[in-house]
Amino acid sequence: MSDYHESFFKKYLFSTDHKMIAMQYLFTGIFMGLVGGFLAYVFRMQIAFPGISVPGFGIVNENSYNTLVTNHGAIMIFWFAMPVLIAAFGNYLIPLMIGCDDMAFPRINRLSYQIFLVSILVLLSSFLVQHGGFGGAWTAYPPLSAKAEYNLTPMGASLWLIAVALEFVAFLLGGINFIVTLMNSRAKGMRMYEIPMVIWMIVIASILFMASVGPLIAGAVMLLFDQLLGTGFYDPAKGGDPLLWQHLFWFFGHPEVYVVLLPPMGMVVEVITTFSRKKLFGYKTFLYSVFFTGILSFVVWAHHQFVAGIDPRMANIFTITTLLISVPIAEICFLLMATLYKGSIELTTPMLFALGFVVEFILGGVTGIYLGATGTDIFFHDTYFVVAHFHYTFVPIAVIGLFTGIYYWFPKMFGRMMDEKLGKIHFWGTIIPFNFIFIPMFFLGMGGEHRRIYNYQNFPDLNHPELFHLRQISTVALIVMLLFQIVFFINFIRSLRKGKKAEANPWKANTLEWVAPSPPPHGNFATYPEVYRGPYEYSVPGRKQDYWPQNEP
Amino acid sequence: MHHPPLANTRSATGINTAKLATWWVIASEIVIFGGLLVSYLLFRLHHTEWAQEAEHTNTAAGAFNTFVLLTSSFFVVLAHKAAEEKNGAKAARFLGYTILGGLTFMMVKAYEYTHEIQHGFTMFKSVFWSFYYTATGLHGLHVMAGMVIMFIVGRDAKKGRNLHRVECIGIYWHFVDLVWIFLFPLLYIAK
Repeated sequence: MSDYHESFFKKYLFSTDHKMIAMQYLFTGIFMGLVGGFLAYVFRMQIAFPGISVPGFGIVNENSYNTLVTNHGAIMIFWFAMPVLIAAFGNYLIPLMIGCDDMAFPRINRLSYQIFLVSILVLLSSFLVQHGGFGGAWTAYPPLSAKAEYNLTPMGASLWLIAVALEFVAFLLGGINFIVTLMNSRAKGMRMYEIPMVIWMIVIASILFMASVGPLIAGAVMLLFDQLLGTGFYDPAKGGDPLLWQHLFWFFGHPEVYVVLLPPMGMVVEVITTFSRKKLFGYKTFLYSVFFTGILSFVVWAHHQFVAGIDPRMANIFTITTLLISVPIAEICFLLMATLYKGSIELTTPMLFALGFVVEFILGGVTGIYLGATGTDIFFHDTYFVVAHFHYTFVPIAVIGLFTGIYYWFPKMFGRMMDEKLGKIHFWGTIIPFNFIFIPMFFLGMGGEHRRIYNYQNFPDLNHPELFHLRQISTVALIVMLLFQIVFFINFIRSLRKGKKAEANPWKANTLEWVAPSPPPHGNFATYPEVYRGPYEYSVPGRKQDYWPQNEP
Repeated sequence: MHHPPLANTRSATGINTAKLATWWVIASEIVIFGGLLVSYLLFRLHHTEWAQEAEHTNTAAGAFNTFVLLTSSFFVVLAHKAAEEKNGAKAARFLGYTILGGLTFMMVKAYEYTHEIQHGFTMFKSVFWSFYYTATGLHGLHVMAGMVIMFIVGRDAKKGRNLHRVECIGIYWHFVDLVWIFLFPLLYIAK
């Protein structure tokens, strides 16, 4: 194992080792997250200070504003949240936590990353073509997305669509690999209800993704034909129907929310149990709630289309299913709180992020109830209330979830501890500005601020100084939050080089990845562990230690 | 030499890992074709006039192709049986017959396309024809992909290597066959 050597090229670019592929996904994803953050900074500056020459970008015109907003959304979901939460942590954790040496299909895994990388290159190149990158919103509704005379970005639109389709292929390959690996490659003795929750969550997310993305792949092919060949799938003048795209898109788009939600939920479970030294309250209830959420997530999609002209009777049904889905999600949050209850809580950095995730996500979930009900949604539709709502779900998911995972598994990944003090500064520097960005948006949305407007000075009703103050608070808070990420990168790089050496199991946790050395060598384990119990046996009465690793008899 | 990892050799479910993955690939394909066909069906229910368009498809050629594909599926079953008996050469021969079936299918399809395009029934004539070319084209791509994979599996099988893959490609080929069983009545027969 230790005498395993490969050339630089093979080790870092063409590796089939799951840990290396995880790192490739992690760093590429974080890079894309920074790109997405930069785009947000540029268009937020334009919103708060219309016409300003944005430092680092210049004057934002109408077309580049559309491109910025469209690609901010697409990048943050497809090229930041999905790669870091599912691909990076999935690749890193699945083999380690089920006591195995690699994924079942290492070369398919490598192919998955390579296709993902190509999708990024296609996306980034779309910014450079004539007329610039796609500007028809990340939901790409036709006819706006299908017709060049509406979106004004004929080449950018098609390149964007191809990039998204390639990304789907990459995640289908990765997802099939995850599912098969969990089903077949578990350590001896690991039964269904002894699988760590984060692994369950990543694999269920992969299944949800696979089951929901198919129709959109077909829909993307049809949209591409409409754009490039001139067919009329979505063109009423030619006998098509633009609503078809909305159905195909949101049939994928809504389960996608749970695709990105579940992995960080799983990470939060691992962190909360470890740092409250308590067994997960209701393992099976948790799992069944997630199953129920997953199934329900396929029948809520039309709540995105309440104003699109769908049958009002259908809208009523979708209101009911949408409100129903908050039941299992609330159940999950209650289970997390019950796990904390009377635990010996230790507020380490990963624990702070995990708790921050739960608190902020609940705010996102509660505001969603207003949007799931047709009556209020018709008023709030396409206002900043919606933007604030889904950022209250997606920022905890993608950003806070990512940091929860990194601070918790950093010792395993790199063999060193991260600095706690800098970690806590980073936590508060992220969570406080985050609320200052999005709480004003709720008020702006209630004030009737439409979300797709380039310059609010052109609209007398929205040109009030009070509204502009709120926009400016939000923009300044965004800049503060982005600047505080520097603390994270300093901490990351410093800990990588000078951090305290981490032992194999620094948090005294139970799951199998902590049995392997830190960082795990090629092949992960010297002897492959056997599993004797569930992953959350903390503070078992009558035992000297307050934890009981899964592999100890 | 590439060594499969331990992960690839374990089998907690008792199902061969490659076969399990094949089933999941098919699951992901079902939703892709499913999305396309459901979209088509919903349109079709609102557009009774598409019946006149469908009359211009060549039902006889479609029926012949159905027969060809079903026969090729029979050969792939024989190939699987031979692979179970560890008779690689025989498995490769039957895979060859299956590829021939696929080739025949594609040639008939090419003839149909040519004929239809020459008579003005192109992809742009109406949304029915857009669906027709998209669905049969996507299916055709799957037929061709299947033939390429079968060629590679057959070449290995001839040398007695990786015989378990014969069953995987067989499962996939049945799926391609099954998609056609849906496409044929929906696009050709329903008038």
